[in-house]
Amino acid sequence: MALRIAVCVKQVPDPETPASAFKVDESVNRIVPAPGIPPVVNGFDLHAVEAALRIKDAGDAEVIILAAGNDFVMDVMKKPLSMGADALVLAEDPIFEDIDAVGTVKVLAAMIEKTGPFDLILGGRQASDWDQAHVPLGLAEKLGLPSVTLARNVEPQDGVVRIERALTDGYQVVEAPIPAVVTVSNELGEARYPTLRGIMAASRKQPERLTLDELGLTANDLKPDLSLRRLFIPESESQVEIIEGEDEADAGRKLALRLRELNLI
Amino acid sequence: MAGILVIGEIQDGAISAVSGELLAAAGKLVAEGVSGGVSLAVMGDDLSAIMAVQAPGADRVIRMSDPALKDEGTGGYDAPVLAVAALNESISPDIILFAKTDFGAVAGPRVAFKLGVAVAQDCIDVALDSETGRVAVTRPVFGGNALGIYDFNGDGTQVVTIRPGVFDPVEGEGSGTIEDFDVSDAVSRVRAVLVETIVQDSEGVRLEDADVIISGGRGLGGPAPFEQLQELADLLGGAVGASRAACDAGWVDHSYQIGLTGKSVKPTVYLSVGISGASQHMAGLSGARNIVAINKDDNANIFKSARFGVIGDWEKVLPAFTATVRDLAG
Ligand SMILES: Cc1cc2nc3c(=O)[nH]c(=O)nc-3n(C[C@H](O)[C@H](O)[C@H](O)COP(=O)(O)OP(=O)(O)OC[C@H]3O[C@@H](n4cnc5c(N)ncnc54)[C@H](O)[C@@H]3O)c2cc1C
Ligand SMILES: Nc1ncnc2c1ncn2[C@@H]1O[C@H](COP(=O)(O)O)[C@@H](O)[C@H]1O
Repeated sequence: MALRIAVCVKQVPDPETPASAFKVDESVNRIVPAPGIPPVVNGFDLHAVEAALRIKDAGDAEVIILAAGNDFVMDVMKKPLSMGADALVLAEDPIFEDIDAVGTVKVLAAMIEKTGPFDLILGGRQASDWDQAHVPLGLAEKLGLPSVTLARNVEPQDGVVRIERALTDGYQVVEAPIPAVVTVSNELGEARYPTLRGIMAASRKQPERLTLDELGLTANDLKPDLSLRRLFIPESESQVEIIEGEDEADAGRKLALRLRELNLI
Repeated sequence: MAGILVIGEIQDGAISAVSGELLAAAGKLVAEGVSGGVSLAVMGDDLSAIMAVQAPGADRVIRMSDPALKDEGTGGYDAPVLAVAALNESISPDIILFAKTDFGAVAGPRVAFKLGVAVAQDCIDVALDSETGRVAVTRPVFGGNALGIYDFNGDGTQVVTIRPGVFDPVEGEGSGTIEDFDVSDAVSRVRAVLVETIVQDSEGVRLEDADVIISGGRGLGGPAPFEQLQELADLLGGAVGASRAACDAGWVDHSYQIGLTGKSVKPTVYLSVGISGASQHMAGLSGARNIVAINKDDNANIFKSARFGVIGDWEKVLPAFTATVRDLAG
């Protein structure tokens, strides 16, 4: 019997945006989109898609992508489809810009209710915009499911999912009964690149869209518990002492002497 | 509702240093006007050696002992999450503080969502807003490129996880009371099971303890140059670290990774070679005292935080640096 796997993905500003192009509009507490740098699917979420596709490769599975957000760029959001996922479900509403995780969890849980049931719900380790690393944990609590974080391998077996959970030094093997929520980390290994065939197939697929109303939610349900008062770029003054020499090797030598002079080595 | 509940951690049978840092954060909130006292909760299978005197800054220490709570509990941290939720129900704190450790980063949000409230993760400051009587927190966002100040609205429990190494632990001897809280019923509902833990023992100096770190990035171009870094680290009695790009490429194991999603380190000298200094990498270096960079790009972000730098090709700079270090060592 085919497993049904939901993967939660988020559209975020490209975290590789050079620091010089990273700007904040303090009057509205928002990031100013860097010109010419499109948003991306959150990196860890592509690892989660990869984990789902590996399960699909190994057996039989249906992979459904779920995303809540606003200003979706369709070329970006279709990437998981072009990697091989089966369907894309979007909830798009300007209100999602200012909701907190409790709200996001409500939206995703309602999306799962509409499109489920699922055997596995995967997400990324953390979203690279607000770096909170908490939405999937909230989803598990809301749905009454077990949760395991930081997977570097996800293997469903009879009624359980066996997870290798990355530690800073090594890993743990954890088993949880299915259905379960699992977050995936980059230790899983690189996410596959879309093939040309995948891109063509994805271009023909239309996302399913769900409105707040269809999800049975109102703006009042999503009033944030935690709200951003101020967003700013901390000031930092460079105080670097550049060591120069006759050539690069000489500079290396002088660097060692300078560090010794200060008793640092 | 009243007071602050601090979720401490046990390390090698004693209250960990990071718990003292949480007590310092709680102390700051108390000084700013939070009333109701500070309770420190600790969990483990046998806590008979834990005494209030070990917890300066806590008005009371609450021990939760159960076999299911051994070593932070079974996989997925089910048991400690259930234990803290049960304790919360009993004492109804206004504020719950966790450390943003492997444990707290998961348990904090799980407890918060169980209560149906938000959590602020990885905070570097907490303050009481005197007007609202609620907590405001400061946290790095966008990989550390920006800082956000957040307010807790409404009247729910305020759950905060605090970045380790930011607050100085409270010093001295504790004079609080001690009590035991029974969680045997709560922890019986554990679902995820820890099958085994495989620890990769690193040889030599641990990165977290190293006084000198030689760290390599994508600019090294492959795994072989890491041998040169190791040679230099051995000369200086240090350890080798890496950027995520080098780990993801498979040049070194992920246990070498330093940064936001890797290790936090606090060496006296951090020599980075071929690392651009992305904010997510720098997030692991807030405790590093002297950052030294070798990078061929004079615009590299690493030079903004470095104290010393050489602009050049590491293949030319590093061998001369290492040779000089060897000569100096005699
Ligand atoms: C949510 C999130 C979490 C992350 N967590 C982490 C983390 O914990 N740790 C981490 O490190 N990264 C992390 N990253 C990744 C981070 O954003 C960067 O992509 C990464 O740190 C870049 O690694 P690098 O500096 O080695 O590579 P690059 O950015 O490619 O830099 C390579 C540098 O080498 C220099 N170079 C090239 N050749 C030479 C030469 N011959 N001599 C001298 N210099 C040379 C170049 O000038 C360049 O500056 C995270 C990213 C995200 C989105
Ligand atoms: N708006 C969203 N839509 C879909 N998935 C999300 C959303 N926000 C967070 N997630 C998922 O939750 C993970 C952790 O996000 P966060 O808790 O925001 O750091 C992400 O990697 C996604 O898998």
